[in-house]
Amino acid sequence: MSGGAALLALQPTIRVDVEYHLLWPVLVMLAGPLVVLVVSAMTGRRAPGWLWPALTVVTAAGAVAASVHDWLWTYRAPSPSRLLIVGGELAVDRFACWFFFIACGVVAVGALTFHGYVRRERLDGPEIYVLAMLSASGAMTMAMANDLIVLFLGLEILSIALYVMAGYHRRRTESGEAAMKYFILGAFSSALFLYGVALTYGATGSTHILEVRNYLVQSREHNGLVLAGMGLLLVGLGFKVAAVPFHAWTPDVYEGSPTPVTGYMAALAKAAGFAGLLRVFAYMYVTPEIVHAWRPAVWTLAVLTLVVGAFVAVVQTDLKRMLAYSSINHAGYVLVGMTAIHWANGGLRRTNGVSSALYYLLTYAFIILGSFAVVAVVSGRGDGRTTIESVRGLSTRRPLLALSFTVFLAAQAGVPFTTGFLAKFSVVSAAVGAHEASTYILAVLAMLVTAVSAFFYLRVIVVMYADPADTPTAAGDRRDTSSGADGVGAGQAGEATDGRMAAGGGVAVATATRSDATTLEVPVGATIAIAVCLLITVGGGLWPGPLIDAARRALLAF
Amino acid sequence: MLAAANVHFPLLTAIVIVPAVTAVMVALVPRAREDVIRMVGLAGTAATAAMAIVMLWQFDKANADFQFATQHPWIPSLGISWHLGVDGISLWLVVLTAVLFPITLLGPAVHKDLKAYTAWMLLLEAGCIGTFLALDLFVFFVFFEVVLLPMYFLIAGWGYANRTYAALKFFIFTVAGSAFLLVALLTLAFMRPTNGHPSFDFAVLLQQLQQHPLPAATERLLFSGFMIAFAVKVPLFPVHTWLPDAHTEAPTGGSVILAGVLLKLGTYGILRFAVQLFPQAAKDLAPIWLTFAVIGMTYGAVVATMQKDLKRVVAYSSVAHLGFIVLGTFALTRQGLSGGVLQMVNHGISTPALFLLVGWIYERRHTRQISELCGLQKVAPVFAAVFTVVMFSSIGLPGLNGFVGEFLILLGTFATHRWWAVVGTTGVIFAALYLMWAYQRVFHGVPTAANATFKEMTWRERGVMAPLLILIVVIGVYPKPFLDRIEPSVQRMIDHSCQVAKATCPPATSHTVAVGP
Repeated sequence: MSGGAALLALQPTIRVDVEYHLLWPVLVMLAGPLVVLVVSAMTGRRAPGWLWPALTVVTAAGAVAASVHDWLWTYRAPSPSRLLIVGGELAVDRFACWFFFIACGVVAVGALTFHGYVRRERLDGPEIYVLAMLSASGAMTMAMANDLIVLFLGLEILSIALYVMAGYHRRRTESGEAAMKYFILGAFSSALFLYGVALTYGATGSTHILEVRNYLVQSREHNGLVLAGMGLLLVGLGFKVAAVPFHAWTPDVYEGSPTPVTGYMAALAKAAGFAGLLRVFAYMYVTPEIVHAWRPAVWTLAVLTLVVGAFVAVVQTDLKRMLAYSSINHAGYVLVGMTAIHWANGGLRRTNGVSSALYYLLTYAFIILGSFAVVAVVSGRGDGRTTIESVRGLSTRRPLLALSFTVFLAAQAGVPFTTGFLAKFSVVSAAVGAHEASTYILAVLAMLVTAVSAFFYLRVIVVMYADPADTPTAAGDRRDTSSGADGVGAGQAGEATDGRMAAGGGVAVATATRSDATTLEVPVGATIAIAVCLLITVGGGLWPGPLIDAARRALLAF
Repeated sequence: MLAAANVHFPLLTAIVIVPAVTAVMVALVPRAREDVIRMVGLAGTAATAAMAIVMLWQFDKANADFQFATQHPWIPSLGISWHLGVDGISLWLVVLTAVLFPITLLGPAVHKDLKAYTAWMLLLEAGCIGTFLALDLFVFFVFFEVVLLPMYFLIAGWGYANRTYAALKFFIFTVAGSAFLLVALLTLAFMRPTNGHPSFDFAVLLQQLQQHPLPAATERLLFSGFMIAFAVKVPLFPVHTWLPDAHTEAPTGGSVILAGVLLKLGTYGILRFAVQLFPQAAKDLAPIWLTFAVIGMTYGAVVATMQKDLKRVVAYSSVAHLGFIVLGTFALTRQGLSGGVLQMVNHGISTPALFLLVGWIYERRHTRQISELCGLQKVAPVFAAVFTVVMFSSIGLPGLNGFVGEFLILLGTFATHRWWAVVGTTGVIFAALYLMWAYQRVFHGVPTAANATFKEMTWRERGVMAPLLILIVVIGVYPKPFLDRIEPSVQRMIDHSCQVAKATCPPATSHTVAVGP
């Protein structure tokens, strides 16, 4: 009960000022698409192709500058209530700023990867950049939403743009299929989310996040209506972040979407979904009773997401599907961080949990963007070659590309001196810091799952560094342990049969290799994008202090 | 004396960084320039070895504390700092590592992609040395984990037929073990935050645990968490199955480092962290781990006897020998612990030497099947002689290095855990059985046509073996300089445990027998 009083004391006075200067990040992000559309309407086909990504990067840079202003302003704000703007509908705290940075970074890096892709696939035009910036503004709106309706608006702005981007490759049927699936399941999840908002409104009389929270703190209610509303909000946002069992759309959509869009979507939608989840669960549902109600649910989601993501990824043969399941697995780690939010000693302990999740989302965004940028290059004209076998021998064809992919995959596997390791480390340490049996179990499980996930990341790396002429069967899948003289004889015989069996495949691989050597070009944009992602992944791994400290400061107001 | 320890040059950081920087330099050399790659790699490892020798030279043997210590904040908000230091326990392991790597780069031939091979080897060296020097649990864990990736690639890239499976098994076993280590060390770090920050610093944690001992149940849980990870790495009996596969499939250089250095990360972790941080739990649970160690010793030996592949014989002999080291550690006496540390070094000399010799046999004959080899003594007497010396060192023949360590271990164990020592002694007999029987079949008899052309040891090979042979004899005949540096730190560790947990005090001084010439 003492905790309730502490929360009440924080009740803000809501001001009706708009405070435009804090809105600049999202205003810039919305102005970008308008500028691009106007310029393209005026220049038509004469505009050079590089103009659109350049304008996108400039927009993102402007938004970053505005976000830095907001971040600094939060320290100077006379009172926390001054961070609530537009009549209290938006909250521009450092938590929101953190997601502004993620969204801007993802848009800028994403635009660089789109450029080479749309040229190769003859999809030139400014539309994809417009959609990307629009979706980013949606994600930014979600991050600063202080009302469930605003959160929903942001969710829809983000999602609708992403549906279109998923179907952007008009000549590929898979792309259309992905857009359709994403749209139908996304609309379904939006409906669930809205229903959750409605139930919450019914139970509490408001959709305003702080008012809902204050109502819950005062009434200490956790009746069926409140819990049902909470459950539906969890399901709706769980869809967006691809938490198991709401993940079914992910593999198909990731596989079918244009490859750079997949990376963009994986980075941005996951971050935005978790921005919403954390806003709602670490900011709105904070009374002890409610926290005790949602934590077991999130714990269960985390366990399922970790385990299913990792184990199903093991059997994938397509890189994009494998990365889709690995992204599900990553969502599980962020949920581990979320589970670390708990009540102890009469107060809500959320710093470790929230900051570890924030750190994870930012570092993951650049790792996954880099990974898909590499896959986009490897997939070749038509965006079709995405099986794991398509990277066989990449190290001899494109050593630097192979090395970059190795770093991204190793980072995802949690190898030290990359941000991927520190991300896993911080969520697991947050879980351990909660000092509860359930979180200890979750921490051990999360680390054991890392061992499983190492399997599918390493497999890809080995294929990259394998001899291009090796077929999978000749590469040493034989399980004979006698490698002596008998072994040599038997080995030769075995290779002969294997050679016959895999003759077709081997020839196909060889021809593919030869044609790839001529067509596998790495566009300038993708090169810059991969370099930026590498810099963040390795630099942040070697010199982790600043980013970790920043994540610890990026707290929710109130 | 302390002035030497306070040198301004960050010696330990340099010993860790130089191999890593050399790896990057190797990566920048064009693939075709194998001569340059070989030279850069050798120069890097030689420089590291030279610095390790300087460290050994300036090491103050009267000082049991950590020397050359260096500390810089790394992630301040989590209480993580780059804290390195060396004492008598880690000293010889660092020197051994630094000496083994140039030998490994010189010894076995590399058949493909020398550039990547050298780069991975150098990264591996940085990781191994970092693990031995780390005095911050986070830094220790980072290096403990980072070692896996180079080793994985060395096995998967340059190994034999079944390499992919073996490499993966190695990686997954170890990472799964580390899961428990990470959670246990995080629990420890978050147990008593100072100024709101957790602390990963070894000295700070030791002090905290001394002032506020943990509840017995918690201590046992955390100890077990550490031990699971280290037991996989050692490897101890029930989780040892990755080792024979990894050794058999690894290239010779990989096997040398795996046996010589990587396995020591586990025993070192037990000694430095598990036993020292949780002395009471170590004392209470010692019978369990002693039992695993003894099972490993006898089981490893029996299985080694039955192997058809010479490399697998050596691989299983590692399981047996590492059991010996764990036995000495959990004796928790001065002799046992000192013997354990010395035996780590001994095993790090003789087993790599055996793997090098087996590797050269394979290079000549393209087989390691014992049944295919015979009568090599007739055609290559020097090779056979070198093999004999190394073999006797591994068996533990008096006068060679293996004997000193094993004797101390058995002596120490006998004082506190008599029956485990009695069973453990059979390990020595089995070692004679499996190694000498294998030797007999490979080297004695009349060579068949295929073996008649077996090439005698080349001068390069003799040069590679020479330092190892010298060490085998020197430690065997005159172990005093080695033990002089090990024992103060071991004594300090025992004293510390004794203060924290009364039960771990050595029984009575009458049991401690003066050892060493």
